Amino acid sequence: MGDLRDLYQELILEHSKTPRNYRELKDPDHKAEGYNPLCGDHYTVFLHMDGDSIRDVTFQGSGCAISKASASMMTQSLKGKSRAEAEELFERFHSVVTGQSANGDQNNLGKLAVFAGVSEFPTRVKCATLAWHTLQAALEGKQDAVSTE
Amino acid sequence: MTTLARSPLASRGSGLHEVECGFDIARVRADFPILHQQAHGHPLVYLDNAATSQKPKAVIDAIVRYYEGYNANIHRGVHYLSERATAEYEASRKTIQEFINAARPAEIIFVRGTTEAINLVAQTYGRANVGAGDEVLITAMEHHSNIVPWQLLCQEKHAKLRVAPINEAGELILEEFEKLLGPRTKIVAVGHVSNALGTVNPIATIVKMAHAKNIPVLVDGAQAVPRMAVDVQQLDCDFYTFSGHKTYGPTGIGVLYGKLPLLEAMPPYQGGGEMISSVSFEKTVYNKVPHKFEAGTPDISGPIGLRAAIEYLQRLGMENIARHEHELLSYATEQVSQVRGVRLVGTAKEKAGVLSFVMEGVHPHDIGTILDQEGIAIRTGHHCAQPVMTRFGLDATARASFGLYNTKEEVDALVRGLEKVREVFA
Repeated sequence: MGDLRDLYQELILEHSKTPRNYRELKDPDHKAEGYNPLCGDHYTVFLHMDGDSIRDVTFQGSGCAISKASASMMTQSLKGKSRAEAEELFERFHSVVTGQSANGDQNNLGKLAVFAGVSEFPTRVKCATLAWHTLQAALEGKQDAVSTE
Repeated sequence: MTTLARSPLASRGSGLHEVECGFDIARVRADFPILHQQAHGHPLVYLDNAATSQKPKAVIDAIVRYYEGYNANIHRGVHYLSERATAEYEASRKTIQEFINAARPAEIIFVRGTTEAINLVAQTYGRANVGAGDEVLITAMEHHSNIVPWQLLCQEKHAKLRVAPINEAGELILEEFEKLLGPRTKIVAVGHVSNALGTVNPIATIVKMAHAKNIPVLVDGAQAVPRMAVDVQQLDCDFYTFSGHKTYGPTGIGVLYGKLPLLEAMPPYQGGGEMISSVSFEKTVYNKVPHKFEAGTPDISGPIGLRAAIEYLQRLGMENIARHEHELLSYATEQVSQVRGVRLVGTAKEKAGVLSFVMEGVHPHDIGTILDQEGIAIRTGHHCAQPVMTRFGLDATARASFGLYNTKEEVDALVRGLEKVREVFA
C-alpha cells in the first residue's frame, strides 16, 4: 500500500477544504444524485448545457476528503467540454485511479493526475469516482440516485 | 491456554478503580494467533470488535478437531461418527443454555446469526400475532437488523412500526418508551447494547414495563453477550438473540433464545428435514422445539466452535472481561476526548465497549484510512444504524470498539494515530 502523502496530496486537501463550484445551479438542464451507502457520501451534480457542451457544472453534498476534492476538481475540468469529451475524461480518470492506466493517461489528465495515488488504496476508489458516476447519470438523464454499490 | 492470574474479585470493594485485571493480558493475547502480525508495517491494533471479534486458538482447534475427527451428519446416523457429532452439537446447546442461564437446552435455537434470529421471530411469532392496525415497538438506536425485519412484517400485516426516542447522550427516554406501550403493541424489540453508540439499555426495566401490559420483549444481544454476563431468566425477556462471531466464535452461527411456551406455540420458520416428526403428502407433524426451527443440515462446526469460545470466556470470567473492557473504555474516552477537534457520539452513563466519535474538519472515512496506515483497524461509516446517524445529524462516525485482548497501549496507539490525522489535515 502506498504512502499517505500519495493519497492526501496538498492539492486534494486544499480542494476538500475549499471546494470549487460548490453551489446549486438554478434550473439545471441536468441534475443527479450520487450516494455511497458504505460511507454515507452523498452528492448532487448540476449541469447547464450549451447544446452538446457543458456550460456550467456545480455540485453540493457531503463526504470524505477524496470524494469532495474529486467532485471539486471534476467540475473545474469539465467546463466547455462536450459530452463525448467528458465521457472520455472519466474513462481516463477511472483507469488512473484503478491503476489500469497506460502511461500516457496520467499525462492527459492535467491536474486530475493527483488522484493517481488512489490506485494504491483500493477501498477509496469509490470515493474518487462517486462524483463522476453522478455526472454520468446526470448526462444520461437518470432520475434515480446512483449508488456505488 | 489462559489462566486466572488471581482471584478475580480480590480487589473488589477496595474502592480502587485500578483493580487488577482478572486475567493476564499478555497470556490472553497469546491465545489469539491473528493478533501477532504487522499491518502496513506496524503492529496490528484491532479495534473493530463490534464488527467481529478475533478467535482464540481454542476455537480454531475445536473446528479442526470436528472436521478431522468426527465430521458426520447429526440426528440421523446410527454410526459412530454421527453419534459423536450429534453429542457434541447438543453439548454445545447445553453450554450455551448455561452461559445465558436459560431454563432448558430446548430454548436454545441455532441460527446463522442475530439477523436470522430476529427474522425468525418476526416471521413466525410476528406473523402469527401481529395484525392490521397492531404495533411493533423498537427504539431509535437499533441496528438495521432490528429494524428491517419488523418493517417487512408491518408492511405485510398493515401494522405500524413505532420508535421510542433517545436523548442527546444516546440513552433511551424511558418515559417516552413507556407511553408508546399501547393496547395495540404486540411486541417490543430492543438492543441490549447499541453497536453505534455503546449505550447499555436497562433491559430488566424495559421488560417489566412491557410485561405490565402483557407485551413480549425481544432483545438483540449481539453487542452484549461478548461484553457482560447475561442472564435471560433474570432479565425475564421473552426472546434473546446473539451472534457467534462477535462472541469470539465462528461466523455463520448465532443463537435465538425463546421461552419454551412461546417457542412451542410458534409456527415453524423453514420447512425441510430435521424439523419434522413425520411427513406424508396429506399432513406433516413438526418436530419438537428446538428442532422445529432447525430445518435442514445445520452448521455443525458452528455450535462446536461457539462452545469452545464460550468455554474460553467462562475460563476468563465474564465479570473480568466486563471490568477489563470498562477500564479500557474509560481510559479511551478520556484520552480520545483530548484530541483536538474530537467529539464523542454516544455519551450514555451506562456504556460498553464502543467509542464512536467525529473529528472536526475530517470525514470518518479519511480517519479510517490514515489509522489503517498505522496498523489500526477501526470502523467508519453508519454502522448499519442509519437512523442513529440521522438522529445526531451525521452521515457517519469513526468507531473504535474493544475486545478482551485490547490494551491501554493500543488506546495510546489510537490516540497517536488521531494526532497523525490532525497533522495530515492540518
